Amino acid sequence: MDLLNALIVFSNFVFIPALAYGSQLALGALGVTLIYGILRFSNFAHGDTMAFGAMITVLATWWLQSLGVSLGPFPTAILALPFGIIICSLFILATDRFVYRFYRNQKAKPVILVIVSMGIMFIMNGLVRFIIGPNDQRFADGERFIISVREFKQLTGLREGLAFKTTQGITIITAILVVLILFWFLNKTRTGKSMRAYSDNEDLALLSGINPEKVVTVTWLIVAALATVAGTLYGLDKSFKPFVYFQLLLPIFASAIVGGLGNPIGAIAGGFIVAFSEVTITYAWKKVLKYSLPESLEPTTLMQLLSTDYKFAVSFVILIVVLLFRPTGLFRGKAF
Amino acid sequence: MENLKTTLLFAVVVFLILITGFVQSWNTALLILNMGLISAIMSLGVNLQWGFAGLFNVGIMGFVALGGLAAVLVSAPPVYESWSVGGIRIITAIIFGIFVIITIGLWVKKIENRRKKFWGAILIALAGFFIYRAIFDTGVVAVEAVNPASTGYLGGLGFPILMAWPIGGLLAAGAAWVIGKTALGLRSDYLAIATLGIAEIIIAIIKNEDWLARGVKNVIGLPRPAPYEIDLQQSDKFVSTANSIGIDPVTASTLYVKLIYAGLFSIVLIMIFILAQRALHSPWGRMMRAIRDNEVAAEAMGKNVTGRHLQIFILGSAICGIAGAMMTTLDSQLTPGTYQPLRYTFLIWVMVIVGGSGNNLGAVLGGFIIWFLWVQVEPIGQFLMVILTSGLADDSALKLHLMDSVAHMRLLTMGLLLLVVLRFSPRGLIPEK
Repeated sequence: MDLLNALIVFSNFVFIPALAYGSQLALGALGVTLIYGILRFSNFAHGDTMAFGAMITVLATWWLQSLGVSLGPFPTAILALPFGIIICSLFILATDRFVYRFYRNQKAKPVILVIVSMGIMFIMNGLVRFIIGPNDQRFADGERFIISVREFKQLTGLREGLAFKTTQGITIITAILVVLILFWFLNKTRTGKSMRAYSDNEDLALLSGINPEKVVTVTWLIVAALATVAGTLYGLDKSFKPFVYFQLLLPIFASAIVGGLGNPIGAIAGGFIVAFSEVTITYAWKKVLKYSLPESLEPTTLMQLLSTDYKFAVSFVILIVVLLFRPTGLFRGKAF
Repeated sequence: MENLKTTLLFAVVVFLILITGFVQSWNTALLILNMGLISAIMSLGVNLQWGFAGLFNVGIMGFVALGGLAAVLVSAPPVYESWSVGGIRIITAIIFGIFVIITIGLWVKKIENRRKKFWGAILIALAGFFIYRAIFDTGVVAVEAVNPASTGYLGGLGFPILMAWPIGGLLAAGAAWVIGKTALGLRSDYLAIATLGIAEIIIAIIKNEDWLARGVKNVIGLPRPAPYEIDLQQSDKFVSTANSIGIDPVTASTLYVKLIYAGLFSIVLIMIFILAQRALHSPWGRMMRAIRDNEVAAEAMGKNVTGRHLQIFILGSAICGIAGAMMTTLDSQLTPGTYQPLRYTFLIWVMVIVGGSGNNLGAVLGGFIIWFLWVQVEPIGQFLMVILTSGLADDSALKLHLMDSVAHMRLLTMGLLLLVVLRFSPRGLIPEK
């Protein structure tokens, strides 16, 4: 029995990766949930919006790197983020002007908007593949680790090491900052309050003189920023591959629905619930159990509940359980 | 007037395929025709769900893949050794798993106390899962060790592959029943997301469960309903007939096989089309459209909305399953790695919307036209790109990049097409009457 080493192994392979992945999912789910709250449809193009924003950031990163700009130990991508956010916002606003606004004025049924978002998804997916190609792109630079396995072992003298990647640290810190700013905006500023009012009751909001077009524009801007940040963080942490972002759609929707569609706090909680379930269920627990159980009970198998190929199944099962037992989500969705 | 337009549109399809035959090759033309027929069937299935009932299914890929799986399970030769070493254990484990799920269902239904209900269900699920894995895993290891280079799976039933078509439909219908039971009756977006999820899971299972259909190692050389080209080329009768018409026997044999497939697919398409058409004009079809147009009113008239939705969801998915089995038959192999949602789910949606949702002829037309575009946008794009970049030097980085990216033009084209049709002709090329 060696509980300390068990804890280190657990943090290294489960806790920290899940925390970083959960932050990325939470940011993605926030975007989905905001669109649902204000524009009242499920945006299938969200995954590809993330890919698009991340792609612009990758291109800007390469450009900055070619100029010799760097942030020392931090990835250059952070400097490139504003470019990604601005161009992604412009693109998204253009889709709103030329595509979504028409249906909004027509008061089209939500499901029509979902189909329209499918068209946008095709276009963005095509654009991303057209511009950067379908392959893996690496753009992370700077210091790889805040603390590496070797340093940790030397520092503590323990048998197991703990690696904390810079990208994981940046992901978590950025996510916290973004969420704080978002909630400050929604709760304290006039525009944020009008967004909440619009989401709660459209008719009353219109009656009290809130300009719906402004609310929609601001929502799209926030969503574009959130998607770009989420996409870039995911790309930094893993690697940038256009197709992966489409597959993120399922865990992101699962997070948003588990928390309650339209509820930002729910989206964050949902992101972490999905991430932690995914990682704990697909992790092979052998090593942790070896340290935490007496020797006689040492496991002989990998102690892995599901192979990582089935990680989608985890978000799916969570989704189904919530739909069956509490269709409005854990935090009672459809209200800020 | 209406009929004239419809006739003209179908004439355009025939014309496009003939042009391909004259300009490119008749093999390409028949290839497009065959996949067009399959696409039309998928499109009919989705039209049943969306056009008749307004159900939003984005898991078409999963149902198509299940049909493909059925083709393998029905037609591949059985591997007796696998059955004797571990097959029984795997089947036992799966039956046990179903039993556990039923137990959980009964528990949730019977127990009143919320806390007891929740934790009891979790406990049964966990215990069941570990016992299941204990039986299942040993079976899988044994089966996959049987001659892994060529088999390593349970094999199929060794039946004629044509039998797989209805069975593929049944398999898809079963999956649709499970998913419909859970997600229908909730909000429409939930069905969309649930189907999106189930499709990904079905693909993951087919990719990773090697004992089932060899996963990404693919089962190749499934039996065919048509003769093999090589046999035809060696048959004196065929060669002399081909020579007497004046076609090279090798080309003739490939065309002959493709024509047989085209005939088989046409029969299925016509059968499904007639059934769908009869359904649309029956009292049942009217009830479906009444439900689609106003659920509340239909419910007030005593119609069981969720029940009807479940019915039509299963029917539509079954049609997609049949089409999937036909596609695997055409390819003679199941390649789970090639199943991608953009191609097998969202493209079918473009077919239905562009063709005209709610109109069976429209769905068929959309199937052909969109499939034709999907195949031909690439050569056309290549051609345009050569003209566009003709001013650039041959080794310029931009030109090389653009030429490389032509393959991705089709996604852009499809997206634009979908948006344009939705905006300017939302009822499609052949609108619902």
